[in-house]
Amino acid sequence: MNATSTGSKNADSTDTAQSGKPRNKWRRRFLITAGVVGGVLAIGTWRFYGERDHLSPPADLTPDDGEAILTGWLKIDTDGNVIVQVPRQEMGQGITTSLPMLVAEELDADPAQVRFEQALVDPLYANATLLGDGAPVRPDDSGLFAALMRTTQFKLGELLGVQATGGSTSVRDAWPTMRRAGAAARAMLVQAAADRFDVPVAECAVANGVVEHAASGKRARFGELALDAAKLAIPRDVALKKPAQFALIGKAQNRLDIPAKVDGSASFGLDVRIPGMLYAAIAQSPVFGGSVRTFDASKARARKGVKGIYKLSATSTSAAAIAVVADHYWQARKGLAEVSIDWDVGANEAHDTDLQKSRYLELLSSGEARTYDSDGDVDAALAAPAKSVTADYFVPYLAHAAMEPLNCTAIIRDGTHCEVWVGNQAPTLVRWFAAKAAGLDSDNVTVHTPYLGGGFGRRAEVDVVMQAVMLAAQMPDTPVQLIWSREEDTRNDVYRPMAAARFDAALDSNGDVAGWRNRIVSQSCIGDITARLMPVAASDIMKDKTTSEGAFDLPYLLPNRRVEHVLTHEPVPVGFWRSVGHSYNAFFTESFIDECAHAAGKDPYQYRRAMLASAPRHLKVLETAAQESQWGSPLPVGQGRGIALAESFHSIVAQVADVEIVDSTLSVKRVVCVIDCGFAVNPDTVVAQMESGIIFALSAVLHGEITLKEGRVQQANFPQYEMVRLANTPEIEVHIINSGMEHLGGVGEPGTPPLAPAVCNAIYAATGKRIRSLPVRL
Amino acid sequence: MIAFKINGRLTSVDAEPDTPLLWVLRDHLNLTGTKFGCGVAACGACTVHMNGMPLRSCVMPVSACAGQDITTIEGLRNGQQMHRIQQAWIDHQVPQCGYCQSGMIMAAAALLRTNPNPSDEDIAAGITNICRCGTYPRVRDAIRGLASTASEKN
Repeated sequence: MNATSTGSKNADSTDTAQSGKPRNKWRRRFLITAGVVGGVLAIGTWRFYGERDHLSPPADLTPDDGEAILTGWLKIDTDGNVIVQVPRQEMGQGITTSLPMLVAEELDADPAQVRFEQALVDPLYANATLLGDGAPVRPDDSGLFAALMRTTQFKLGELLGVQATGGSTSVRDAWPTMRRAGAAARAMLVQAAADRFDVPVAECAVANGVVEHAASGKRARFGELALDAAKLAIPRDVALKKPAQFALIGKAQNRLDIPAKVDGSASFGLDVRIPGMLYAAIAQSPVFGGSVRTFDASKARARKGVKGIYKLSATSTSAAAIAVVADHYWQARKGLAEVSIDWDVGANEAHDTDLQKSRYLELLSSGEARTYDSDGDVDAALAAPAKSVTADYFVPYLAHAAMEPLNCTAIIRDGTHCEVWVGNQAPTLVRWFAAKAAGLDSDNVTVHTPYLGGGFGRRAEVDVVMQAVMLAAQMPDTPVQLIWSREEDTRNDVYRPMAAARFDAALDSNGDVAGWRNRIVSQSCIGDITARLMPVAASDIMKDKTTSEGAFDLPYLLPNRRVEHVLTHEPVPVGFWRSVGHSYNAFFTESFIDECAHAAGKDPYQYRRAMLASAPRHLKVLETAAQESQWGSPLPVGQGRGIALAESFHSIVAQVADVEIVDSTLSVKRVVCVIDCGFAVNPDTVVAQMESGIIFALSAVLHGEITLKEGRVQQANFPQYEMVRLANTPEIEVHIINSGMEHLGGVGEPGTPPLAPAVCNAIYAATGKRIRSLPVRL
Repeated sequence: MIAFKINGRLTSVDAEPDTPLLWVLRDHLNLTGTKFGCGVAACGACTVHMNGMPLRSCVMPVSACAGQDITTIEGLRNGQQMHRIQQAWIDHQVPQCGYCQSGMIMAAAALLRTNPNPSDEDIAAGITNICRCGTYPRVRDAIRGLASTASEKN
């Protein structure tokens, strides 16, 4: 599973980050750009790769007995099974079905014979779209600068070769490549058949994994042809199917991973079992940035089964900790409870999120802001309104709370090779950082990615990998499985940032928006992640699009506008949380649009409609949501209906929520959701992701709040950090609009942003109470 | 040594008596289908059956399991025959990440055993497991479907 640096033209770049001293100015600039613009990150042994050859198999992709490798994206065995190499990680989004569908479609495979494997770590499988999306430019900006930014970032993604799952990019990134791979493999199989039948290629037809020559009646199954086909050159110029020819794509397919997920056989990181494996429990600094002064492990050391007690120093990505290693996890947990640790909590013990919130509210008027979007003369417009509307909004920190607590299994063999098993969203980063922790070259690190028990952005981090490999380094040739408790998981997250926003709008005599100023205050996720992964590149120079996404890039006609952001630095780590900046900006913006509509005395749906004259796709999504929800039809007393619209990750989603408030208790009865993701590859997966995004957002609306007192996270486990359960689950209806494959969008995240404003707008409709802070307190 | 019945077989384990059943299943018996989610009986990922009743195994000391009849997700199917709940989970394409689903399925199986035709209120009261992927609408639909065919015996 060791990848090599295919096409690396930049051999001397491998040690630049390690020394922290790039050798020339160009490289330094590039390095900073890489870190700050993209949030991609490298350390230790990092490389730039040449342009990807998108079809040739990586050197390390080796066939098992009877398997033939047809491009880097699939193998076919003698039974005819098509084993697709899936370059992204399965965390519930159904990617191990959607991506094989792309290959199988163009291959004309027998759907019953399609399998998948997790692709190895190799730049072939890099995700360039993830970086391409990071450019801080409006999606509707077709100007030269915007195009240049997107292209540069996309190219950077290819150069860095980082394999990562996030940003709702997987299908978009794979769409051209994996279809082409299927078509190329099909052409190779047809060529092999034509050679065998001694007939022209053009006379051969393919269906359901069989190549047939009608005139002679000759036929051969893929399994019979694959080994011959693999000897042929991979064709580069292959035609792809027209959408009308699709047999699989666009039609709901059962997920390939689900059978193993109903009988307990699906293997997650926590289920990894290696002969001789020990288990580790961990206690991390109770305050961010703290360290271990001293510890007394004498009692724990005497405990049955305990094999070792180790102090782990803090790194840029992981907290200082004490870990206890034992034969069984429970022994390690009990041993850990008996270790007495004297923490040097460091400089952050005074941190208090109530004070932080007050500071944020002050920064809404006093802070130094950077402009993310502006048009016209906002100050003049705000100075002469027919009517003014002003409001402040706030959201707290949130934890990811994936169901599978963080864990990682690692072994270092013979001091020369490190092997890691971890549910992760970025195997390239896992490899780099495991190498760093092991003191090895990344070529000597093998990464295995089992199923992820939830990701939501949390598993793009490498903290638990660093800690597990540091432990493995202490216990040579012994596999160690490090398991965070739920409490450690909650208290050592990289949180969705706390954020505040102020809106000032001027309405004209018709009630339309004539001036719009929005200021947002928050930390930067990209900045924080860069500081963790590549400290030398940490800088505030570049704007972080994610701080203001969903605010600076609105589809509405808003003349005379300015959207600006005040950057803060806090001793609370932040990171990507499903839908990132959209998770708060959609709540802010779509709630405030509602306020404007009510101030204008207009229906919130019609008010939005009127501002979407130049956004026909958005308009159609909004109108469909209104129709499907019977917008305007009467509701019983105590109920209310709210609407919201949000574009994120290139998909447009509108949601209409019906809520009921009884004795100050809120329940969401129904959510109607409409998505235009361009084209739904596996429609049932799109429906599932909308349901998922809605429930995820609803937990934040009803319960989600991480707070700190005396530098310590106050929530520890589900009783303090509560989740929506089945009893609070609304009826959810999802409608998909296929507007065109030329603008494919993501689905993992876009279901989340509109839910909070739809619900809060519904609360206003029901009660007249405007919710400007989450979670909802009635 | 503590002896109990696990998926129909008598088993004995050498574990400290206060070890939660969850960790005995996972680390001693290699039955990894039962998951660790919270350790405080709050999420249900560790749900198994004890004498047919749902049990959150993360807070049940193994010593209290002596002589009991434990069933885990691995023992739910009847030989080669998938349990009808497992089939319903496939038919409704319920799981996403799948991590909580062993517990979810065991909770559903226990609910339907004691209440073959649950109302929506019964389902809401009976299924209190946490799923961060938000599979609840499909869990509910799958159980609703089983409730209406409850006369068919598994």
